[in-house]
Order: sequence, then C-alpha cells, then structure tokens
Amino acid sequence: MTDRDWLLEYRRRLGEEGVSCSAPDPDTLAPVVRLSLAAQDWRRAAEMAAALGWRWAGIWGDPGPEDCLVRACLVHDDRRVLLETRVPWSEPVLDSHARCYPAADRMERHAQDLLGITFHDHPHGHRWTRHRAWREQDHPLAPDFPVHGHGPKRTPADTNYPFVRIQGSGVYEIPVGPVHAGIIEPGHFRFQAVGEEVLRLETRLGYVHKGIEKIAVGTEPAALARLAGRVSGDSTVVHAWAACQAMERATDHGVPARALHLRALLAERERIANHLGDIGAICNDVGFAFVHMQCARLREQWQRRNHELFGHRLLMDVVAPGGLACDLPADGIDTLRADHQVLRQDVEPIFAIVDDHPSLDDRLLGTGRLSREDARMLGCTGYVAKASGLSFDLRRDQPYPPYDRLRVTVPDLQEGDVASRVRVRMEEIHASLDLLDQLLDTLPPGEVASDLPRPAPDAQGIGLIEGWRGEIMTYVRFDQTGRIARFFPRDPSWFLWPALERLIHDNIVPDFPVCNKSVNGSYSGHDL
Amino acid sequence: MLRILRQIGRTGVLTEAPPATDDAALEAAGIELRRTLSSRFRGSFAIRHVDAGSCNGCELEIHALNNPYYDLERFGVHFVASPRHADGLLITGPVSRHMETALRRTWRAMPAPKIAISAGECACTGGMFGVSYASCGRADNVIPIDVRIPGCPPTPTRLLQGILAAIGDQR
Ligand code: SF4
Repeated sequence: MTDRDWLLEYRRRLGEEGVSCSAPDPDTLAPVVRLSLAAQDWRRAAEMAAALGWRWAGIWGDPGPEDCLVRACLVHDDRRVLLETRVPWSEPVLDSHARCYPAADRMERHAQDLLGITFHDHPHGHRWTRHRAWREQDHPLAPDFPVHGHGPKRTPADTNYPFVRIQGSGVYEIPVGPVHAGIIEPGHFRFQAVGEEVLRLETRLGYVHKGIEKIAVGTEPAALARLAGRVSGDSTVVHAWAACQAMERATDHGVPARALHLRALLAERERIANHLGDIGAICNDVGFAFVHMQCARLREQWQRRNHELFGHRLLMDVVAPGGLACDLPADGIDTLRADHQVLRQDVEPIFAIVDDHPSLDDRLLGTGRLSREDARMLGCTGYVAKASGLSFDLRRDQPYPPYDRLRVTVPDLQEGDVASRVRVRMEEIHASLDLLDQLLDTLPPGEVASDLPRPAPDAQGIGLIEGWRGEIMTYVRFDQTGRIARFFPRDPSWFLWPALERLIHDNIVPDFPVCNKSVNGSYSGHDL
Repeated sequence: MLRILRQIGRTGVLTEAPPATDDAALEAAGIELRRTLSSRFRGSFAIRHVDAGSCNGCELEIHALNNPYYDLERFGVHFVASPRHADGLLITGPVSRHMETALRRTWRAMPAPKIAISAGECACTGGMFGVSYASCGRADNVIPIDVRIPGCPPTPTRLLQGILAAIGDQR
C-alpha cells in the first residue's frame, strides 16, 4: 500500500455506507490526516474504523462562538486519522463512540462535563470529571465561563455518584479513597468482592482536576510549556515536549538538531528513572524490600546527575518552545557515557534476582492478566500494551526526529500479567541505555535554543510523543494574537485506568496494590 | 539468598549526614512554629501525607526521602496510613476544589497537638494553578499551615530540612 491507500480504502468503505467526508487542508495537522464529516455520520465512521481494527486514541472539542469543533483520533498501525465534526450550541448533541470503542467512555464524559456536549446513546452518560465544584448547567471550557467560576465558596464532598452495585449472598463492598494509605495521588476505588476475590472494581477519578485546559487559555508559548510540564510530574519531559512539538508544528518551525537529540536524551532518562522506581515499588508491594531499596538507590544517583547536568532532578522546564533551556555541558558527554556503563552493570545482579526469585514469581506470575483483546479494545499503549502482545511504539512506528535515525527496540511480550509488565520495564531500561549511547554518539553540534516565530492566527498543531507510560497526544491552537486558545494534553493514563479495572477481575483484594503499581496510571495526567 | 546478601554487601551503607538546619534555613522555610509544641514531637513524628491536587512531582521527591541516601526514618519520622495516628500533615499540590473537603476532614481527624506542613510551590503559594473554578490555590486557604517548604518540587534535602526544623530537631 502506498502512503494514502489505507485512507482511500477507509473513505471508499465509508462511501459504500453512504457517509461522505472531505479532507480539509489535509496537511494542517500533519502527521495526522483530517477527515471532516457530518454529525449524523459520527458513529458510523467509528464503527467502520472499529471493524477495521483501528485503535481509538482520544476525543476533544474546540469551542467557538456558534458551535464546537469536535475531533476524535483513530490509529491504524502507524497512521492516524482525525475525524472532525461541528456540533452547534443550539443543539449540542453528538452520537457516542463508546458502544463500539469502550476506550471512549470516560473521555466523552469529560468533554460532556467541560464543554456541555451530550453524547447520545452513551452506555454510562453520567458525569465523570465534575464533582461539585461547578453546577451541572455550567461548562468550564465554554468561552463565557469565567476562570474563577461561580461555584460555592466551599466545595462539598462528592455524593450520589451512581456506582454500579452488585448483589448476591456474600458480596461486600470496599470503598477506598480519595485519600490513600501512602504517598500517592488521590482517587476513589470501589471494590465488590466475595471473600478475597474481586468481582468488580470501579474507579472514580477527577479529584485532582485543576482546570489545566482552562488556565492554559491565553498563556504565552513559554508558559504553556511549563504548564504542560506539570500535567503529570513524572512525565514532565514528554508532556512538555509534546506541547512544544505541537506549537512548533503549528508555526512550522524547525528546531535545532542538537535540541531534538537532547530532548530524546532527557526523555530516555525520564523513562529509566520511572522504570527503576516502579520496578522497586512493585517488588515492595509484594514484600520484597531489597529490590525496592536497590532500585531507589540507582534512581537517586540518576536524579542527582539530572540536577548536576540540567539543573533539575526531575528535568522540569528544560524542554522549552524552540529547543531547550540549557545545553549539555562540554564534559557531560563523558560523564553520561560512564554513567550508562555503570548503570548497566548495576542493574544486572538486581534484575537477575527479579527475574528468577521464587517468592516474586509466586506473586507476580499470572497476577493481573490483561488479554491482548482487552488491551486493544481499551486503547492501551506503553508497557501495559507491550506486555499484552501489542508492541506499538511511536519512536519506532511513527518516528519523529531524532528517533527516525535511531534503532529503537521495543519489547513484545504476550502474557499480560504483572510479571510481564515488570519484564517490559527491565527490557526498556536496557533499550533506553542503548538509545542514550546512540544519542551521544551522534549528538550534533550547534545551538539548542531558537525563537518560536509568531504564530499565524488560529494556527494549530498536534504533538505526538512516546512517553515512558505510553503515547502522549497534545493538541494546541493559537488565537489571533499568538496566545494559546486551546490546549488538550491526552495522557496514556486515560486508557490505563479502565485496563486496571479489567485486569483486577478474579484477583484477590490484597493483590490490588501490586496490580495498580504495575499499571501505574497517572491521576493528575488524567484529571487535568 | 546468597546473591541478595552479596549485593547488600557490595552496596554498603549510603546514608548521608543530615543537612544542617541553621537559622537562615529556618527563616527560609518560613517557620513560625511554637517551639514548645515542636519539642513534644522530638524523637518520634508520624506524618500523614495528602496529595490535595499535585502534579505528582512532589510525591516523587517525598518518596525519595525513604531511599537509602536520606533514610528519613532514622530521625524517628515515619509516614502513617491514618490521620488518627498522625502528628503532622504533609500537604502537596494546590488544593483542588474536589479535594477541599477531603483535606479538611483529614485535618479534623488528626488528634492535637498537630502541625500542618505544605510542601512544594503549589501548596505554599498556589503555584502555576493558583485559584480558579477548580482550585482553591495554596493550602493556607483551606487549613492553617505551620511550616512551608517551597520548591517545585522541593528536593529531598529541602524536605528533610523543613520536616526536621518543624519538629525542632536541631542537630
Ligand atoms: S510544586 Fe511543582 S512538583 Fe509540586 S505539585 Fe506543584 S507543580 Fe508539581
């Protein structure tokens, strides 16, 4: 197939169904292809894509004075389409995609709560992101909604959320959260169990909703990059990169090659730091503190190096529009090369123990299994998908510079259990170390910063970056004056939380922490 | 087992001397603490952490406090699962409106004497998120804060200084 044949095929099939669509300025949101269609065909177009096995990758609306431009992204192997339709405010109703794509369930409800679009025939049409900070008839992203809102002075606790109930003899319910018994983010989990076995888990999120999409409106590019770096602190590099990439595409701006190389270097460092932390935490959750302490030690050394070379232990605010805020010091290359070698040696004995220790095997093998089918249906990416037989990775399959010139190896495991997710992370640490060496070997000279040109009115762009947790997709549109009019960062966590609900089925309640940690969705990245 | 012991032996002891908390550092941490209160906690201080809306960056650094380099527990400071067991509340993030009541309730559930510590720019000032339809801004806007530890996120060293200063540990 040539590059556009898959698209012709999709459009031909839509045509057979009587769905007509047009491709407005096909390249304004490259590498994504736009397809504009009538609101009544919205559902058909998704059903067709589902029949072709495409992945559903997100929905968001861009509110205007008369109507709201709604977009949904569909991914076919390494290519993606953006369905677009206009929903008039006079009748803000659109068919739901959630019947053919369960992945769409919560993001549609998020759009419903924030924009006021009702999704027709949604399997669970009730609120999601909204608790009680604003009224049902208010929609924070509506242009006339003030950023300070007009909610009550004190926000009461959320009540009357329609949790699904299970009845039967011996069935009981365990409500947990939002404040958890540890140093973690807030969210509510509702377990229904019989004995120790979990029959059903329902998550209730939205507790850390901070209005990121709203406060982004009117910001300058540099401030947006800082805000994007705080969508999910553990993914600060990749979220900032995705936002910057979107702004740079919107302004058609070429970033210095050295800056792109160093961004990738930072992203791989972030991946290694998080994987180290999580491998340790997973082992700790089954009572194996030894690995936890060893990994925490390596992570600390890694973060100290971040601070020494880039001025921040988590690498916040290093990625900036047009490039980077600081360059790698001249002696940094040798230091890093040596570090990579040391880490390779350091993880070897630890990973050997993780790989083959009876008490870990006992708890991790076969625990929290997610089937390939479920992973696909729920739209998972990242280590959760890679452990369940879906080895998609933007860095290899839809590469952006500098990855288009690097060899990226992507783990591909089949079992889908906690042990596989741990193994994917161990393999990715090795793969990232190889990438880091390749990046240092080919690091171009030159500048790392450049000025983002003044954006054209309404210029828009999409950022697509593979973070350590999975695929990040960020949409940015500028207004008439070069400030941000719309920002929507889509974290992979949207698809990981439903995966957690599914993979916990038939597991015992005490295994929930380790299952949760092996998936490690971001609350903040999801709640926005 | 042998492999584990060998690795432990190879790693050795990494724990570092605690940072000095001189008066300047105390000033910087903005401490307005009643010393009589703090002296009661000397030697044992139980912390309940509440993420009231953070981006999770602060949590990563709080986690680091338990790694072998900082080893917070050697100062008698430990994290507990229930506010009923806690002497101090460690708050991160701007307080999202959706967490406002949960935070108040957690604070109310703690027995006196108790202190509240805000960690991170967001909890201290509201940070980038400030006050909005979704956020109450700094933690002070919701419950009275005794000690502030700025930084985005504060480094483990800053956190350690702040917590030790809060409990009057001047070593
Ligand atoms: S202070 Fe910084 S790291 Fe901490 S929650 Fe706020 S933005 Fe995140």
